[in-house]
Parts: sequence; structure tokens; C-alpha cells
Amino acid sequence: MNYINDGCSLMFGGFGGVGNPPTLINGLIEKGVKDLTLIGNDAGFPTIGIGKFISQGRAKKLIASHIGSNPVAGQLMVDGLLEVEFSPQGTLAERIRAGGVGLGGVLTDIGLDSMMEEGKQKVQVDGKTFLIESALRADVAIVYAKKADEFGNLIYETSARNTNPLVAMAGNITIAEVEEIVPVGNLDPHDIHTPGIFVDYVIQSKGVDWKWAWE
Amino acid sequence: MGMGVNIRERIAKRAAQEIKDGMMVNLGIGIPSLVANYLASECRVMFHAENGVLGIGKEPEKGKEDPTLCNAAGFPVTTVPGASYFDSAVAFGMIRSGYLDITILGGLEVSEQGDLANWIVPKKRVPGIGGAMELAKKAKKVIVVMNHTNKKGDAKIVKQCRLPLTAKACVNLIITDMAVIEVTEQGLLLKEVMEPYSTEEVIEATEAHLLVPGEVKIVKRKLD
Repeated sequence: MNYINDGCSLMFGGFGGVGNPPTLINGLIEKGVKDLTLIGNDAGFPTIGIGKFISQGRAKKLIASHIGSNPVAGQLMVDGLLEVEFSPQGTLAERIRAGGVGLGGVLTDIGLDSMMEEGKQKVQVDGKTFLIESALRADVAIVYAKKADEFGNLIYETSARNTNPLVAMAGNITIAEVEEIVPVGNLDPHDIHTPGIFVDYVIQSKGVDWKWAWE
Repeated sequence: MGMGVNIRERIAKRAAQEIKDGMMVNLGIGIPSLVANYLASECRVMFHAENGVLGIGKEPEKGKEDPTLCNAAGFPVTTVPGASYFDSAVAFGMIRSGYLDITILGGLEVSEQGDLANWIVPKKRVPGIGGAMELAKKAKKVIVVMNHTNKKGDAKIVKQCRLPLTAKACVNLIITDMAVIEVTEQGLLLKEVMEPYSTEEVIEATEAHLLVPGEVKIVKRKLD
């Protein structure tokens, strides 16, 4: 918690609330951090997951692919109170992955002939035109996983994996909230999704609160 | 959507007829998500979701939902034999590399050239782009399901899109409450008219020019 302060950039794992780390988010809400730059797939829901930061006015900027599930985000954006940078979902995932694996960006033809072109460089490679999409990293990345060992190796569960393995690599500090923490040696190396080298801290989850938010 | 349940189901049912055995398919949010309910029983399809699942099965029974397993719209799902989980970058790798046979998306506007606008109405509605740009541009067949006109009665099938584009010249087939229209190199071809509408009514409700063949199939109110 000491690493996440006013004005910092915070990248979060999850997709439509599922896979957001709820215990970390609730802790940060309690701490009262503000002026955050949030980076992640979507704006969550007004009262679930990452969306709480937005509906409580604690974010100044959001880099995401989708905000439809959180009407507060749309309203703040229209009112000029929240800056929103949209990336196509797959491009956003690759920008985060690029940041996490030490690349400067990615080349893609997604977004050509659309608003996504604005302000971006184009390059020709093998006769084809691509947009240059810059890599994304953040001061702190927060993720949710099913299991971790004390080295920080992570295993995700079913579709709660989503953007988490990408986000886990792209934080200057990465904090994982997990359902179960086991001693080093208790996880089969075959099963690890995120190697512990990317993870700085592991905390015990108090349980998830994202159940079937769309209903 | 402002559409009756029956109309939504009818559109979904018609869209389901485009899906053949062995296909890889991605369904968007809304009416597209209903399409899976109307597949022929012998049709084995791998449904793909952008959050990172290939091989989505039926909706789980109430009370048996897995709290981590959902589709891209956040609804609880199950998996079929042969399914796999992966991260979102891999999910989009499948899309961009052209492995999806069909994607079925909603639409705000479709143009005569098959351009699609479906992600933003500036200053009014900002759902965000999600995976629509990748799906629209890279799926082998793009089917748009939508109301033929908007709430004000204005045409959504237009000469040129006025809203910001999702992707250019990407749509192959449009299925609405009034008609089924194929995007061809010659233009928009009226294939089927949904009962109780007439060909003239469809033309009237369409801003874009429609090519009307001598015989247009009438789709009965009750689909088989």
C-alpha cells in the first residue's frame, strides 16, 4: 500500500471486473489515494472492482478499451473530468505486454482508417502500413491470481487469467492478491503462468466481490 | 435496444443459420450472444471469448456458476471438451491471425461499402471500443445484427457512415428485423425480407442503395 500514492500510475489486471484484485482495491479506497492514472482493460462497474476509483472521482486519467459497464466513467469523460485514452482491446493487451517484456511498442494495422490513427506514427514494413503503438508500464501493477508461492510464482484460474499475466510484467512494482499462498516448492514449475521474478509482493485475498456483475 | 424479445430471437435465429459445423466463432454482446441458443444440434462449434477462452459451452445452471469463468460480457459460462484458457494477448493473437471463421457484432451504422461504426456516438454514448476493431477487421466473415432503423426511425444502413468507424469495408452480411442484406463488390444485395415487411418498405427504411434481385426470399415470422 505504501507504494501506491496520489498521482501515481496504477495498472490493473482483470476483464469486466473478473480478475480485478478486490482486497487491494478496497484497501486503496480506504487509504484514500487520488489523481490516479489507471491503465487496464475496462472501467469495471460503478461499485465493483476498479470502477470504484472512477465513481469516487479518484482517477484523473484512464487508459482502457471499454467503459460501457461503468456509466459514471462515460459521464465524467463527457463532462471533461476524466481523461480517457481508448485503445482497441488487443492493441491495449499488446501495449501492456510490450511494456512488460522490455519493448518500445508494437506495430499493428488495427485502427488504420479510424480515429485510432490520430497522433500516431505510421511505418511501412514489407510494403504494408502499420501504426506504431507505444508500450505501457506503470508505477505499480496490481493483479489477482488463484495461487502463489512465496517467491511470487503465480497461477491464475480459468478466465480470471485474462489480462493479469500481461499486467503482472508491466509494473515497476507488482503486487499480486491471491486466494492461496503456499511455500516455495509446493507449485509444479510446469503450472506457473507468471514467473515470480516479475512479482514483488503477494498478499492474501479476503475473497472476491465481482460475481455476475452484468446481471 | 427497444426491440421485442421475439424480434431479437428471430434475428439471432437467422444469424445462427450462418454457423456451420467445425467453425471458430466469436459472438459480441447483446443479440449476438443469443445466437448460440439456436445452433443445430449436430453443429459443433468452438466459441471464442476475448478475455481468454476457446470452447465456451452452455450457460451454467443457477447456483452452479464458477465465479472466475465468464465470457467477454462477464456472463457465467461453461466449457466444452477441448476448451482452453489463455491470456487476452493470446486471445487477440487468434483474432488478428485470422483463425475466426465468423464474428457476429452489433452495429450503429453500416455503409454501402460495408464500413462499420459501432463503438462511439461522440458526446452521447461512449461504450468504448473493446475488441470490435480486431474482430471486424480480421474475422473471415463479419455479420452485423441490428435494428434496421434507430429509435428515431432513421436508417442505420447508410451511404456513408457519419459516426467514427470501427473498420472499413469489413461487413459481409447484415441481419436486421426487416431484412438480410449481403455486402457484395457491386453493392448491398437484398437477399431476404422478414415478414411482415415488403421489399418496398425495406428500401424505404434503407438510406443506402439496395440491389434487388428478381426474386427476394420472404422469411416467415416463424423460423424452422
